[in-house]
Amino acid sequence: MSMEGVIEHLPAIVVAVPLLAALAATVLWWFNDRLCFPLSVGAGFIALVAAIGLFQQVLAAEVIEYRLGGWPPPVGIVFRVDHLNGLILVAVALVAFLNLVGSRVSAQREFREKVGAFYALYLLFTTGLYGILITGDAFNLFVLLEIASLSGYALIGIGSGRASLSGLNYVFMGTIGASLYLFGVGCLYVMTGSLNMVDIAAILPELWPSKVILLAFLLCLGGLFVKMALFPLHGWLPNAYSHAPAMVSSLVAPLTTKVMIYAMVRVVLTVFTLDFSFNTLAVREPILWLAILAIIAGSLMALSQTRLKKMLAFIVVAEVGYMVGGFWLGNRAGMSGAVLHIVNDAVMTLCVFMAAAAISFKTEDDRLVNLKGLFKKMPVTMAALVLGGLSLIGVPPTCGFFSKWYLISGGIQGGHYGFVAALIISSLVNIILFFRCFEIGYFEPLPRENGHHSSPVEPYDGSPTIQEAPLDMLMALMTTALLLIVLGILSGQIVTRVIHQVIPAVIG
Amino acid sequence: MESIANLIIAKFNYWAVIILIVIGLYAMITKKNLVKKIIGMNIFQTAIILFYVSIGTKQGATLPIIMHAHGDAHHAVRAADYINPLPHVLMLTAIVVSVATLGVALALAMKIYFHYGTLEEDEIQKKIVEDEPGST
Repeated sequence: MSMEGVIEHLPAIVVAVPLLAALAATVLWWFNDRLCFPLSVGAGFIALVAAIGLFQQVLAAEVIEYRLGGWPPPVGIVFRVDHLNGLILVAVALVAFLNLVGSRVSAQREFREKVGAFYALYLLFTTGLYGILITGDAFNLFVLLEIASLSGYALIGIGSGRASLSGLNYVFMGTIGASLYLFGVGCLYVMTGSLNMVDIAAILPELWPSKVILLAFLLCLGGLFVKMALFPLHGWLPNAYSHAPAMVSSLVAPLTTKVMIYAMVRVVLTVFTLDFSFNTLAVREPILWLAILAIIAGSLMALSQTRLKKMLAFIVVAEVGYMVGGFWLGNRAGMSGAVLHIVNDAVMTLCVFMAAAAISFKTEDDRLVNLKGLFKKMPVTMAALVLGGLSLIGVPPTCGFFSKWYLISGGIQGGHYGFVAALIISSLVNIILFFRCFEIGYFEPLPRENGHHSSPVEPYDGSPTIQEAPLDMLMALMTTALLLIVLGILSGQIVTRVIHQVIPAVIG
Repeated sequence: MESIANLIIAKFNYWAVIILIVIGLYAMITKKNLVKKIIGMNIFQTAIILFYVSIGTKQGATLPIIMHAHGDAHHAVRAADYINPLPHVLMLTAIVVSVATLGVALALAMKIYFHYGTLEEDEIQKKIVEDEPGST
């Protein structure tokens, strides 16, 4: 196929390559499970390159519309890439790829003979996410949502101990969420007779007074709120993410909630349109207060955790509040902050969860008290954790500062000081959370002996030997940590060149 | 009075869907046995499948198979004579999704049973507390 042919089919490639590679990984696994890793990295890399290619195309020429099977839009399914999903697609592909590169040793040790299943599910999960991001069809979004969710459930349940119970609870909540969304799409279909997002949006304005449309809106949004774990509906998240195998949490935690927030933005902006969601309905205030509650409750619950991964999982709950709140502020700064934070938060969450994975790989224990002496033992990992922590707190050179800045200025512009206060409280709590980790890791000496742990006992002579995580994991971790600073430097560019194209011009 | 009867009888398919959804949710929330919860989840999903299937039907319409469409006999097709096949086709996908969900859920339930030796949620909670005191 010629180069132009390839470029034309990039939207299909992003989804099809990981899907086919997942099948190939399952087959290869029977013959030689060592081949699964290189195959997955290859597929992840192709998807990443395709995502970057799509993003470049979008930057040059507005919107890409790809008709599957050549069927024109209202009838056929289309993939539609614009500035919003182009940007997030690159971020998601990058996060999935970095985590994949770092996963080899840890996955080999954790899954042993099941390693092929892990990679097949990994690829299926990314297939679902890329599909959710680029599809322009409301029902297709549900199908891809379920592909991502089902592989997510399996990935979490593959772990040992309590993972399967947490996974099953996630299945229950996730299924309720997805089914509510499906119900909402059904209501939309009854009224409009269409499933194409742009087409629905064109038909809807006449139907705004209808109660069925209101029901559809609430069902779609409610379903997505369950999926993204917005505060009162977050029950499944902390256990699922903290009991999952290390490399699974560092895949699922950064991506699932963010892609679901994207889906909310897409449904609100493209399907129901801004005018209906913000002006016709009075849902803005209640959702904002939910977001504020999410931020405060997530932060406070994170404070009471004694395990690193569970603490990070509650920070994810709080971060969901940031993005939902920022978006529903409904002004330019708030929405820019929310979209920018989707990208930034994906990378910061990856950074801290991967650092946690590296720590638990070496110490086999993620209790906070056992971080003792880790700055000496694992300096690179801890440096990455510091960068990730600073970014989650919002310290200037890192990207977390910039999105938080937009969110806070959006809150001030919108006169919503409750949201501003929640953001500041959450930042302060994050300072406590991470400096507690740093304090334990830096000041408290290594235990004299390793007690009953099976990890190799090192002779204690005051200067413990460096025992770092495997090199490929460290490389991925360092790249992620550096990316935090690069994204911080590029923030202004991203906002003016990309995100401002996303936000409807009516917003001042 | 008549309007209430109308509301119930004319829209009985929606009522059936709502009742099934509530039954499903009730089972998922109140039952302690994990398999009963999974059954509740399946009822919930089936209710929504039923909703889609019911919205495709029309009074006096038949299956959307156009007889004698091949060959020379070209004749106009009246959409009102045929039920809408699209929701039904969509539900083929949704049924596959629900079967897959059921499969994953049952597989996880099996893993839980092998690990804890029970499927009752309160007994599992008790064992978790015994295994690692202080964690919930």
